[in-house]
Amino acid sequence: MKRVFGPASAFPALASMAGVTVFAVLFLHAESQEEVMGLTLGAAAALLLLARFGWNALAAVSFAGHSRTGQAAVLIGVLIIAAVFYDQHFPLLMLASVLLYIVVCLGLNLQFGYAGVLNFAGAAFFGVGCYTAAVLTSHTSLPHLAVVLIGGLMAAGIGSLLILPVLRTHGHYAALVTIAFSILFRVFLEVNDTLGGPQGMKVQGMEILGWKLNDSLAFGEIEISFYANYVVLALVMAAVAFMLVRRLERSWIGLNLDAVRLDETACAAFGIDVARWKITAFTLGNFLTGLAGSVYAMMTGFVAPNSFTFGDSLILVSIVILGGLGNPWGLSVAAAIVLMLPEKLQFIQEYRLLLYAALVILILLFRPGGLMPRQVRSYLPGWKP
Amino acid sequence: MSTLLTCDSLSMRFGGLVALNQLSLAVSAGEILGLIGPNGSGKTTFFNVITGIYQASEGRVDYLGHDLARMRAQDIYRAGVTRTFQRSRLCLPLSIFDNLMIGNHRRLNHSLWFNLVRRSAFRAQFEEQYAQALALVRTFSQSLAERLFEAAGSVNMIDRRRIEICRALISQPTLLLLDEPSAGMTHEETRELMDDILIVREHMPGLAIIIIEHEMNVIERITERCIVLNYGQKICEGPYAQVAADRQVQEAYLGTE
Repeated sequence: MKRVFGPASAFPALASMAGVTVFAVLFLHAESQEEVMGLTLGAAAALLLLARFGWNALAAVSFAGHSRTGQAAVLIGVLIIAAVFYDQHFPLLMLASVLLYIVVCLGLNLQFGYAGVLNFAGAAFFGVGCYTAAVLTSHTSLPHLAVVLIGGLMAAGIGSLLILPVLRTHGHYAALVTIAFSILFRVFLEVNDTLGGPQGMKVQGMEILGWKLNDSLAFGEIEISFYANYVVLALVMAAVAFMLVRRLERSWIGLNLDAVRLDETACAAFGIDVARWKITAFTLGNFLTGLAGSVYAMMTGFVAPNSFTFGDSLILVSIVILGGLGNPWGLSVAAAIVLMLPEKLQFIQEYRLLLYAALVILILLFRPGGLMPRQVRSYLPGWKP
Repeated sequence: MSTLLTCDSLSMRFGGLVALNQLSLAVSAGEILGLIGPNGSGKTTFFNVITGIYQASEGRVDYLGHDLARMRAQDIYRAGVTRTFQRSRLCLPLSIFDNLMIGNHRRLNHSLWFNLVRRSAFRAQFEEQYAQALALVRTFSQSLAERLFEAAGSVNMIDRRRIEICRALISQPTLLLLDEPSAGMTHEETRELMDDILIVREHMPGLAIIIIEHEMNVIERITERCIVLNYGQKICEGPYAQVAADRQVQEAYLGTE
């Protein structure tokens, strides 16, 4: 296959993206359980088969060589999927949710994948963003863009309360600190009547400079679901967060974060300030999580403590591990799989956590690098020695 | 030569164990000093104390006007003291170039603005550092220089040791501490490595080296002066020939015939 498309060709990347887009459309379109199951197994088989013929490696090389074209293809792919389901609420809601979860997982990836700070309170920080949006939209008339920003800042700020114990402990113990916080957060929400207690709160739909995201658009006969607005917004957020994380990784800062994760003693011997970089990664990660949370709350119109359990945090961590620690592309794919599969395969719903747990164990045993293992850092896209 | 480092009655105690006992010594700029002695005599502890990994129980380490015994490891590195470790401490999943840049920390710009937004300035700094790293690694091994963007874990032990020494050299330190660079290598490989270190040193006038080594022909060949430790105390000091002839040193370390 290499002879057919030289390493310089953008074709494998574009063809792969086209395939993924068509599959996503078919998958979201499928109604019966048999259809969904068939598509899932078919896709898995096709991937394995293509891997045998060396296609996957070829596509990876092609993506790396044409990163701009590849990224544009991904954006267009998402927009095509949104366009196909323009009048249906459910697929668009799911698409927007996946995009927002990608933002969250990018944040977790900064913390865990790079700096090695395991955060089992991802859902709690997401919840901080959600509740910030709920409180601010119902009690103040702040512009909603400011609300989203404050949602991110609140998550980062509350995260900074945990920084001291996280810095003073290592590995598993630091993880325990975040688990404790995740449980505390949920209990706090349930007993707090101002925040609606177990019943939760309503959240207003988003409005940016007169653009009401909860109004459906109509062009003559054609009526577009209002969720399409959120897909566009979430896509912009995911793209910006993605670019931020990529740039961070491809810089001296990304190197510092990796060094902090791998060897703290060597860090100290070469002047790398372990605390500074752990704080940077933790705060930035929580900020992204909070941003995504506040948009998510405005999209769904409702928040309740039940959505921010320890189990939800575990799912977020499993997405990052499944995709390949430190690989933003991997976690994006994993987020789509982990969120969409149980929604479409109803019988999985109840066994969801069990399945994820099994999947994570299998991945750690047989493919510790995840579905798409991270490659050695290249500082400048396309740069060759 | 001017004095670079002076230790004054330096002691390090772990509970009841005295690892360094009232050690006093001086190192001149540009000198190569050998540190020898039996296992557990306090050689590596001495490195850990002057690089700030351990906090000395008492005493001073004067280095260009700083007291290293009271400084944090990061600040000691910034002042120009670097080291290698007895057991290799490379970040194996990272590329060889990444590992070198960890050693180059004090010469890189770490601000968020520079790294995230000013990408063309970043590119310039990256290319400059790449050229320097390439030149340094070439002194040691041409084949290694061609593999800078491969994972450090993918090369053999000798190359890993070379990377570790380059990591300690790339920031152009004033004092280099080598902790058993020959461990796990053959005589021939060790000789080659030492020659390479001496070549690099010619381009860095004033670089002083303290080397811990059990391979006596290395010590004999490259050091100008030796200090022998036993139970954390200095038992002898002088050129290798003189030290090797000392009866106390023979009893404690080299063995008598």
